[in-house]
Amino acid sequence: MVAQNIFFGILSAIVILSALRMVTTRNIVHAALYLVAVLAGLGALYVLLTAEFVATTQVLVYIGAVMVLFLFGIMLTKAPLGNAMEMTGKQWPIAAGVAALLGGVIVYSLVNHFGSDRLVTDGPIYRTADVSDEVFSTYIVPFEAVSVLLLAALIGAIVLARKD
Amino acid sequence: MLLNQFLILGAALFAVGVYGVLARRNGVMVLMSIELMLNAVNINLVVFGVQHGVVSGQVFALFVIAVAAAEVGVGLAIVLLLYRNRTSIDVEDFDLMRG
Amino acid sequence: MWMLENAFLIPLIPAISFVVILFFGKRYIGADRVHVVGITALSLVWLLSAVAAFQWTQRVENPTPDAVVQIEHHGDDHGDDHGDDHGDDHGDDHGDDHGDDHGAAVGDSEGGHGGGHSSPLIRPVISTFSQWWSNAGVDFAVGTFVDGQTVLLLMVVATISLLVHIYSTEYVKGDRRYLHYYAFLSLFTASMLFFVMAQNIIQLIVGWELVGVCSFVLIGHWWEEKPNTDAALKAFLTNRVGDVGLLVGMIVLWGTFQTFDIDAINTLISTNPGAHHLALLVAACCLMAAVASKSGQFPLHTWLPDAMAGPTPVSALIHAATMVVAGVYMIARLYPVFYEGFSIGTSSINLMAFIGGFTALIGAGLAFAQWDIKKVLAYSTVSQLGYMVMALGVGAWTAAMFHLFTHAFFKACLFLGAGSVSHAAHHTFDMREMGGLRKDMPHTYRTFVISSLALAGIFPFAGFWSKDEILLGSLVGQQNGYPLMLIFGCAVALMTAAYMTRVIWYTFHGEFRGHGQPHESPKVMTVPLWILAGMAVVAGAFNLPGPVLEPIGLEGLAHRIQTYAEPSVYLNGLGLSHPDPSLTMALVGLALALSGIVITYLYYWRRRGLHGLTERNRYARTGYKVLENKYYLDHLYNDVVVDTVKRPIAKWANDFNQNVLDRAVNTAGETARDVGRWVYKWIDQGAIDGSVNAAARGADSSGEGLRSIQSGKVQNYGQLLFGAAAVLAIVFVIVV
Repeated sequence: MVAQNIFFGILSAIVILSALRMVTTRNIVHAALYLVAVLAGLGALYVLLTAEFVATTQVLVYIGAVMVLFLFGIMLTKAPLGNAMEMTGKQWPIAAGVAALLGGVIVYSLVNHFGSDRLVTDGPIYRTADVSDEVFSTYIVPFEAVSVLLLAALIGAIVLARKD
Repeated sequence: MLLNQFLILGAALFAVGVYGVLARRNGVMVLMSIELMLNAVNINLVVFGVQHGVVSGQVFALFVIAVAAAEVGVGLAIVLLLYRNRTSIDVEDFDLMRG
Repeated sequence: MWMLENAFLIPLIPAISFVVILFFGKRYIGADRVHVVGITALSLVWLLSAVAAFQWTQRVENPTPDAVVQIEHHGDDHGDDHGDDHGDDHGDDHGDDHGDDHGAAVGDSEGGHGGGHSSPLIRPVISTFSQWWSNAGVDFAVGTFVDGQTVLLLMVVATISLLVHIYSTEYVKGDRRYLHYYAFLSLFTASMLFFVMAQNIIQLIVGWELVGVCSFVLIGHWWEEKPNTDAALKAFLTNRVGDVGLLVGMIVLWGTFQTFDIDAINTLISTNPGAHHLALLVAACCLMAAVASKSGQFPLHTWLPDAMAGPTPVSALIHAATMVVAGVYMIARLYPVFYEGFSIGTSSINLMAFIGGFTALIGAGLAFAQWDIKKVLAYSTVSQLGYMVMALGVGAWTAAMFHLFTHAFFKACLFLGAGSVSHAAHHTFDMREMGGLRKDMPHTYRTFVISSLALAGIFPFAGFWSKDEILLGSLVGQQNGYPLMLIFGCAVALMTAAYMTRVIWYTFHGEFRGHGQPHESPKVMTVPLWILAGMAVVAGAFNLPGPVLEPIGLEGLAHRIQTYAEPSVYLNGLGLSHPDPSLTMALVGLALALSGIVITYLYYWRRRGLHGLTERNRYARTGYKVLENKYYLDHLYNDVVVDTVKRPIAKWANDFNQNVLDRAVNTAGETARDVGRWVYKWIDQGAIDGSVNAAARGADSSGEGLRSIQSGKVQNYGQLLFGAAAVLAIVFVIVV
């Protein structure tokens, strides 16, 4: 147990710090890289939680595709590289307050409800095969729907971004 | 390990993501903050799946990832269009609905 | 006695004539032929009245048992009958005037002294037709009351009215309102006849007022000229003043006796004389006021000379013979009230006698100062009415009614004669423009002289007998004589003869001072004059005293009026006594009248005596001036009494109107205007418009204020969204 706690601590520290840094940095490319760090840390956390396929998908899709997409977007929108624009809006205190409030409420209710519940660690371990079994049996319809959704998104993105 | 560790981590990530959505000026930044929020949700899903001993948590996390990807695609397309029309992706410049 | 019971027909006929003339005269009969209706009606009335008179005499001569008042025992003194309400003396009134000592117990009925057949007491014929109205135990009936007095007046009214109707066909020929004249003559006759047979005091009052109204209408017949309307109003209003007394007196009578019925009242008084003395005195005094106004007694006589503004036949009918005697008639009808109220039986001067005598005196005095022939006759009427009232005041009931009877004829003849004279003298009545008409108007002259002699009281004309009875009555009285009244009566007898001679001198003798050629009036005017003059000669025969007829053995015909007309049913209970005829008194009266004539004859015909006294003597001039101004009574009434009341009231009313009413109205108007302005400024514009504007401004500014939320920036909306979500979450978490 101790090892898991240590790893959790390190990983969550990385994630939190990266996230915070991401929303405060002036450099947008740095922000993208910080996001990569967050995503990677989260992938590691998934492994910690014995959700190997999710971790894999996270790395592949999120970091590999989504972040690349983001970088393409940054490039195409000619975001000034380096510390050029003021990145944070004028009303950031309000946003901070709202975020803090929201976070506070959620944390409070979590602490209130779950208190000191321990994570079940001796439950069944589901590996990729179990996940795929589940997807293609119980959740086959959502799976197909998501594929249609992806198709729609694909087509939509193309339509939107066409030049003519 | 406490259950709450993961959940509070998720809550914190969510809060940070909210802050990013509300406070960042660059449109792409806003989208990235939305990704942050979605990841916070993912953590929650997986943790609860483990807690309750079902596999649905992981399945839903997968679906979320897929949807997030689609959403980013379309979102960036829109940001691109915005940039094409207005030459700026500063969200503070888009106040046509003002009044 | 069919006519007596159905006597209501007699006033009904002229009433129908009035309606016919007024409503159907113009279209169906012809406005200048309505006199046919009137004369027909009056002829019928005269016939019915004659029948009634005849039937009444039959009733007195041969009474049926129920017509006679039953006597149960012979009482000694008047006022002694208990137990029965009828007079107690049986066979008293005929034998009464023979040697009956005045003052002794009249009610004794020991076979009547002086022999003669005793006549029973005859009840009047009372027919009640309906209980007209009944309220809280008080019953109002309508009916007729016919007795000798009624019948006497019926004949007088019918005769004179008929003659006036005939005379008027010529006198008011071509008049602008010929139709209405005849209509109201009929109405007047109907009213007077109704009055004369009134069964209860309510009917009496109704008839009284009706004749007053007709008098008003007929005096103001030529109302286009203001003096005529003034005279009519004066007549009516002066009568109104007296009518207050009438109403109060009648109410006192009702209050005392709880009945309106005349028969009941008279019976109650006559069977119980001495009771209710104070009430009867009060009632009598109030009724005297009414008599003073209607019958021209002092001090309410002032209207009668002015009433001469009406047509002369009207003056003859109303203001000589019939209406003005309504007061005298009322006293005679309700005689027990006055007899007991004024204690006529025991006093030697009382209010009624004094007023009567005094009126007679001042009326005669004023007749000397008039140049208008009708005014002389009017004052003469005042004076003669005074005689009648005086007679009633001294207890000479029959004398008064007899004088009423004779006076009606000769006074009407004098008035119609004056009308005839004015016809010849171009419608003037001023004696200074007449003169010498004796030659041109023989009929008028002779009838006028006959009537004047009758008025003066020269033997053997009618006035001699009636005036003599009045003087005798005042000499002897009831228990005491009335010396002052006697003096008044004698003085007036002299003056009456004097002023009538003066009138004859100015009108008929000397040279004609007017213009034009006078001529005699047509027959339709002179025939009534002769009829009336004939009555003036023979009317005395109706009540001759016994000693006159004894020599010719016609004693049974003595005192016919007394026998038939006197209501002994009531008067015997009161103990009314009749004086014995006195030759001395008769000769004294005759001497006075003759001396009046002689003095005047000497003054005018022979131009002897005190001519031009008023120019030489200051006192004489003042006295003449007082007479000319009618003792300044008119000035007193109009300027002093009326003005004193009228002026402050008018001034107060004007002040009230200006200062209170107008000011209130103006203030109300100004206040309304100011309130309107204030409301407009502060409420309409200030409050209402202000609030509306403020609401609009509020909406505007709040909108402006809230506008800042809509920044158009997505992140702001996002902040709001998440913030709200957080708050909701807090609410749900904490609260729930």
